[in-house]
Amino acid sequence: MLGQSLLKIRPAISVLRSYSSAAKQMTVREALNSALDEEMSADPKVFLMGEEVGEYQGAYKISKGLLEKYGPERVLDTPITEAGFAGIGVGAAYYGLKPVVEFMTFNFSMQAIDHIINSAAKSNYMSAGQMSVPIVFRGPNGAAAGVGAQHSQCYASWYASCPGLKVLSPYSSEDARGLLKAAIRDPDPVVFLENELLYGESFPVSDEVLDSSFCLPIGKAKIERKGKDVTITAFSKMVGYALKAAEILEKEGIDAEVINLRSIRPLDRSTINASVRKTNRLITVEEGFPQHGVGAEICASVVEESFAYLDAPVERIAGADVPMPYAANLERMAVPQVEDIVRAAKRACYRVVPLAAAA
Amino acid sequence: MALSRLASSSSSSRSADLLKPLCSAISLRRPISTDTTPITVETSVPFTSHQCDTPSRSVQTNAKELLTFFRDMALMRRMEIAADSLYKAKLIRGFCHLYDGQEAVAVGMEASITKKDCIITAYRDHCTFVARGGTLLEVFAELMGRQAGCSRGKGGSMHFYKKDSNFYGGHGIVGAQVPLGCGLAFAQKYSKDEAVTFALYGDGAANQGQLFEALNISALWDLPAILVCENNHYGMGTAEWRAAKSPAYYKRGDYAPGLKVDGMDALAVKQACTFAKEHALKNGPIILEMDTYRYHGHSMSDPGSTYRTRDEITGVRQERDPVERIRKLILSHDLATEKELKDIEKEIRKEVDDAIAQAKENPLPESSELFTNVYAKGLGVESFGADRKEVRAVLP
Repeated sequence: MLGQSLLKIRPAISVLRSYSSAAKQMTVREALNSALDEEMSADPKVFLMGEEVGEYQGAYKISKGLLEKYGPERVLDTPITEAGFAGIGVGAAYYGLKPVVEFMTFNFSMQAIDHIINSAAKSNYMSAGQMSVPIVFRGPNGAAAGVGAQHSQCYASWYASCPGLKVLSPYSSEDARGLLKAAIRDPDPVVFLENELLYGESFPVSDEVLDSSFCLPIGKAKIERKGKDVTITAFSKMVGYALKAAEILEKEGIDAEVINLRSIRPLDRSTINASVRKTNRLITVEEGFPQHGVGAEICASVVEESFAYLDAPVERIAGADVPMPYAANLERMAVPQVEDIVRAAKRACYRVVPLAAAA
Repeated sequence: MALSRLASSSSSSRSADLLKPLCSAISLRRPISTDTTPITVETSVPFTSHQCDTPSRSVQTNAKELLTFFRDMALMRRMEIAADSLYKAKLIRGFCHLYDGQEAVAVGMEASITKKDCIITAYRDHCTFVARGGTLLEVFAELMGRQAGCSRGKGGSMHFYKKDSNFYGGHGIVGAQVPLGCGLAFAQKYSKDEAVTFALYGDGAANQGQLFEALNISALWDLPAILVCENNHYGMGTAEWRAAKSPAYYKRGDYAPGLKVDGMDALAVKQACTFAKEHALKNGPIILEMDTYRYHGHSMSDPGSTYRTRDEITGVRQERDPVERIRKLILSHDLATEKELKDIEKEIRKEVDDAIAQAKENPLPESSELFTNVYAKGLGVESFGADRKEVRAVLP
């Protein structure tokens, strides 16, 4: 009874999330909490481990109530030792348990990255299938607000470049529930990149999504908004920005198709390419650093598979190529804004004269 | 030294199950003693402890066990020396870290535990793999990157695994295996398996931070984890006194108890591991420091003589060799004759040679194996070769 893939295209109206009334609303936080709860209930091998996940109820309250419900043997507070507890998690996965290891933010995963890559990702291959590693590493990724350079990096492109890992990044509550359930059930190591600023956001969820058997397929992107003039790819928080940009573009006569990647590795190249073959223009959007980023891979894929269909160069919108500054005005310049996406889409549609030409 | 002398009882019953883990495709079987009348032997030196009692110096053993020790260690010795030749003949590539000299640790440990207990080690793993039931063919084929290898040729020297015997590798990153081992212990406790995990590491790895992180968690959560420092006194080319402010590795656990053991004495190793297993099941983690020695350099690219004297190496070989110790014990107890032991060694040579011949005939993996096992569940996604327009594959 695995996932039902929700490939039905949403009508444009549901893009305007603040107007939802009939469907139940659920925050991303509630979505993650309920997914963890249901998977722990369904499979006694699933356990949660990380800093403050138990008695503190979760640094961001994602694991609220779980210690009380499942006890200290299955919800484990760890010391602040990422290398140690990530390694312990991978070892438990070697034995056949299904750990969910939480990093308070993915910035701290760098302390444990050797275990994620060398102990987890590569083991099934090096052992020719003897050692599968059914582990999930999850936590907030990317920029929050005003937390500075060491607490704001997006790790999507680093982890997604590694064969043997699966890398997922939800946007909505439906994504959060379906992808986290899929990740926990998956026999391979999954890096699950959440976003702190999305935890409190509400999204409508259907009865299907609320069902405990609900699951989304790994490796399939979702077309959040159908369009015909330009394709905009995004993941996590940037999906919301892309949708807002699409609303603005619509008023200017540009019909944008917004793709929510959901899965960074495997990347849904066929959905992306099919879209670009339809629209002939592509904007990639991400929060992370531009060089060697997710957008670079998407651009390369489209150039390789759909070169003849491109009517304009691929545009990349990404975080600024600098460590994240603290001052509010600089921080604003360091992450993509909706107007950046709009401007790039217009450029791809040859609606804007480049600034350089005006000198 | 209280030695009980037995009348020689070389019965001719074949003990196939003793030989099974060590044979690949074997013809001749020599009768070896199956006598299990207890013999008591004193360990070479007493145990030293930190925060715990010491086990007794008197070890219970018997003829069957001693002959098994001899055979197993002689086999491992021969296997590693053969690997040296294969490496020099360029049939083994990349890394090759040999264990000759340290055999007593693998063999003594195995004698004290069952296959329900887990073992995890670093890259000096050939003999530990064999002790857990791996065959010579699997070893040589893997070293040469062939299909019959234990990892089907995809791992190499540092990545031997045997999950059905609870042997979890085979790890190339120094120190990583210790938190992994504590994770195995966690899973054993979680599953209520009443078994322990031995996580082996070297004196070089003993300074790794993640070790202390894992030990801290193991002690907090009472995990049945036994951290075994195979102290061969050199971390690659760096002697222990140059790498560790405190080379008393058995004390480095601080709050965790520790035992210092003569790692060249298989019976002392067995005694210590039995003690440690009992301790870990009741009281959580314990450290065992095995005082051992490797005759080869760190790996085949290291002659092993630039940072230690040849006298030191020959000295250990003469005074402390683990195989010789057991040979002397067997002879002094009249459990077998010199000729019988020599015959066993001849048999072993043939076994090893046969396995190597078989491995040499074995093919390299099929090209399609490049893309297998990337994932346990590939989801039908595409993977690419160097020229993605030329080589693509769907991962099943």
